[in-house]
Amino acid sequence: MAEHYSSFDRSGTKWLLQRVTAAFLVVVLAFHFFLLHFVNHAADVTFAGTSARMSTWTYFSLMVLFLLAATFHGVNGVHNAIVHRDGIDGWKQTAVTAVLVVASLIMVVQGLRTALVWTNLF
Amino acid sequence: MSQSYDRGTVEDFGRWRSFTAGMWAWLFHKFTGWVLIGYLFTHIAVLSTAITGEAAYNNTIVGLESLAIVRLLEVGLLAVAVFHILNGVRLLFIDLGKGLEAQEESFYASLVITGAITIASVPTFVSGVF
Repeated sequence: MAEHYSSFDRSGTKWLLQRVTAAFLVVVLAFHFFLLHFVNHAADVTFAGTSARMSTWTYFSLMVLFLLAATFHGVNGVHNAIVHRDGIDGWKQTAVTAVLVVASLIMVVQGLRTALVWTNLF
Repeated sequence: MSQSYDRGTVEDFGRWRSFTAGMWAWLFHKFTGWVLIGYLFTHIAVLSTAITGEAAYNNTIVGLESLAIVRLLEVGLLAVAVFHILNGVRLLFIDLGKGLEAQEESFYASLVITGAITIASVPTFVSGVF
């Protein structure tokens, strides 16, 4: 019996970053859900309300970090599931990595573009 | 130091009958992770309507939130997110060397707390749509 059962290679920067972003996301995802479904009901969310929140440095920076952390954590999790667990290598691994990197970049750029529409900080 | 061994394919049909708690936890964490990253792309796409203007964003939110199926899917999303968070905390503690001896109990606790939070949240999520 193995001492440890995981899809992840327990070494290196990506392993550590997956854990660091996990600890961050545990708190921020719970906060995000609580704020936008219980404090403010999702049906009552408006452009003006979102804009007001995104125009404070605390909330804006938290949401940008949230976007970056969630993108890394999610996409790296998918990468680990496909590449490490399923054990693909060679050009297939390169292709999967490339697709995931491009998808991440598109999501981060689109998320930042949207965030900049809402904020008056700049 | 970790040892590795041939686990076979966990997803093989029929093997679920012999799953232990830890294997269910692994499978649920993987499934909820796929759902959450899939939702993240969808979420950013929906929020991106703000780029085209205030009216487009407001109309998108009002339109989506008026659909009962969206409210029910939101309850499902909450369940998925809560389980992933709670099991994620369980995994972080195990990675830190804490709680491995109680990993089955902590998985069951994650399930029970997820169920309780999800059921308690249903009235909030579906209010005004039925």
